[in-house]
Amino acid sequence: MDAILLQILNGLDKGSAYALIALGLTLIFGTLGVVNFAHGALFMIGAFCAVTLQRILSLSFETIDESRTDFLGNPLKVETPYVEAWFGPDVGMAIIDWSVPLAIFFAIPVMITIGFIMERGLIKHFYKRPHADQILVTFGLAIVLQEIVKYFFGANPIPTPAPDVFRGSFDFGVLLGFDPYAIAYPYWRLVYFFFSVTIIGAVFAFLQFTTFGMVVRAGMADRETVGLLGINIDRRFTIMFGIAAAVAGLAGVMYAPINSPNYHMGMDFLVLSFVVVVVGGMGSLPGAVLAGFMLGILESISSMNEVKAIFPGIDQIIIYLVAILILLTRPRGLMGRKGVMED
Amino acid sequence: MSTSNPTRRGLLKTGAIASAGLAVPTIFTASSAAAFTNEPTGSTVTLGFNVPQTGAYADEGADELRAYELAVEHLNGGGDGGMMSTFSSQALNGAGILGKQVQFVTGDTQTKSDAARASARSMIEKDEAVMITGGSSSGVAIAVQGLCQEAGVIFMAGLTHSNDTTGKDKKANGFRHFFNGYMSAAALAPVLADRYGTDRNAYHLTADYTWGWTQEESIAAATEALGWNTVDKVRTPLASTDFSSYIAPVLNSGADVLVLNHYGGNMVNSLTNAVQFGLRDRIVNDKQFEIVVPLYSRLMARGAGANVAGILGSTNWHWSLQDAGSQAFVRSFGTKYGFPPSQAAHTVYCQTLLYADAVQRAGSFHPCAVAEALEGFDFDGLGNGPTHYRADDHQCFKDVLVVRGKENPENEFDLLEVVEVTPRAQVEYAADHPMFAGGALGECNGG
Repeated sequence: MDAILLQILNGLDKGSAYALIALGLTLIFGTLGVVNFAHGALFMIGAFCAVTLQRILSLSFETIDESRTDFLGNPLKVETPYVEAWFGPDVGMAIIDWSVPLAIFFAIPVMITIGFIMERGLIKHFYKRPHADQILVTFGLAIVLQEIVKYFFGANPIPTPAPDVFRGSFDFGVLLGFDPYAIAYPYWRLVYFFFSVTIIGAVFAFLQFTTFGMVVRAGMADRETVGLLGINIDRRFTIMFGIAAAVAGLAGVMYAPINSPNYHMGMDFLVLSFVVVVVGGMGSLPGAVLAGFMLGILESISSMNEVKAIFPGIDQIIIYLVAILILLTRPRGLMGRKGVMED
Repeated sequence: MSTSNPTRRGLLKTGAIASAGLAVPTIFTASSAAAFTNEPTGSTVTLGFNVPQTGAYADEGADELRAYELAVEHLNGGGDGGMMSTFSSQALNGAGILGKQVQFVTGDTQTKSDAARASARSMIEKDEAVMITGGSSSGVAIAVQGLCQEAGVIFMAGLTHSNDTTGKDKKANGFRHFFNGYMSAAALAPVLADRYGTDRNAYHLTADYTWGWTQEESIAAATEALGWNTVDKVRTPLASTDFSSYIAPVLNSGADVLVLNHYGGNMVNSLTNAVQFGLRDRIVNDKQFEIVVPLYSRLMARGAGANVAGILGSTNWHWSLQDAGSQAFVRSFGTKYGFPPSQAAHTVYCQTLLYADAVQRAGSFHPCAVAEALEGFDFDGLGNGPTHYRADDHQCFKDVLVVRGKENPENEFDLLEVVEVTPRAQVEYAADHPMFAGGALGECNGG
């Protein structure tokens, strides 16, 4: 029982990442009708926003310590971060320590700008092209973005730790009457789950309770009629692309302490996120979120040794198996709307 | 008088035979034109450096390439000579190899077997490389070693740690300086027993490919021989990035040691996940829970950051070694590039010097003469102490380093500390050891 609970918790944070990426994918598909294969790269760029801010905050000046030597026997160059010199060692170290949460504020404008540039500079030229063309161009763009990041940051993962206060794990075992540490769950993964729920709630609230969101929803339902009412729906959809990019970016920023960012991390999530979108129902925002969490939990449970003893290799195929089953029984996905991608 | 009556069937037959003949790569038909494949005839000789320049191991590949360039510079008489001055064989004189200026071409393996074979083939066929070296993965090394055997050129393996490279997949034209999974286990197990006791329960997470399998087999056998119990061995797909669902079952498995048979990005992520789940803070079976990483790399330790502190593993070489060879190499590499070399850089630098030295001693670039010069060769001064290139399987035997992640690193390179230098005798094994059985060296192929 404790093992199942632990895997459900695991699935929640994995599902959080799937849900956030799938939410952005669905926003772009629902508004612009574009299948954006570069969305995983936006997640990756978000994680590298955290890396970049960490490096900016760690910018240092050199002093020579004659009493010590480096690996070549030369006097040691000691690097002191500027923030430590300006604000004192304690405050300076605390600022660097909190670089990941601070990167949220750094990533939002960066990601919205990247989203605007992507949409205006490239993707808008492919609105009327077949989905295959859109997939090819956005996939190509994803590879270009990956290679740019690799050029500047290298191929190896870069450690981007969470603040010290979130190190370690929360002991759910004792709380639920199990043995101590039977269900231990990392603090930062809990933070990630609650952060994701907050972002998802904020996006839904924005679409549901603002005039802007109402127009966007109307445009998603019937773009032509909204246009005939004299509303510039294209401009609003461009803004939605920026918001979707920011959602993916924020998912990446907060994911950085979970797995050290590397240039390829977006691709690792991309395919699964597309399956999540299809299972949830093309164009359905609640469907994307529901499918994200559902598939995340199923993937985690299927990787239990007891399950794999019965069905070897099930953890590798469970998501695709569930996708096939759902599409056979509900061809539009869990919450898909009639008419989306059916023309 | 004979007349020819061309028919459609005959034309097709002739065409098919001619096409098949043309389709055979020139590297397999070159023997009639030269004494051996890519025999250098001018004043230069070309070596082929096949390393990952893109993909997940690109940083290791870049470090290997730096070391190769340094080795070529030293062979041609440039720089400070590096380890050429400390190498026990003094056959090399800084005038190239057999008086021929050394030049090189590079290929990108992408850490994919097919891409690595394609780039090696291109360097052999188009660039006329007389020797191929490199690789940052056992899958790649085994694939390229097979190609070099067929093509009739020498393959000097780079970073490859699977037992199979010089075990069931060994080839007469292939040589490995790097250590292997068996040696890691033989060096590490006694240290583990000494530090953590002999009554331990180990849980293995293993990368699901040739290196992971042989590493797991080796470390499980070595620790079980010292009294440890293996609780479970779980294979993880090479493409895994989040290991949380594999780490979680460890919590309730009764294991008090987690062995991560992972390398590269797998190692960084699985170790990070294990630490996040508080494994190192746990007391299980009245013992402190421990994590072991059998194969360490400084470049990977950097990715895992503070999570490596206190964790034991093994390595082929480390820049902090104080012997004359290591110091000469670190000085040479550090002066040129501004940071110390990795173990990958060290092994490929050694392999380049060893090949050049073997050619010089043999007096010929002929692969079979070079192989003969390398077989059974004893040398010293290349950073690993007295070393022996065994003729039976073309595996180098030397001391192995047991290392531990440093608790308080002083800089970004100061990540590992050597806790024991395991003597060569302790990591040696018979050529027909069951873990290395199943293949034959075969005959040397000169092309």
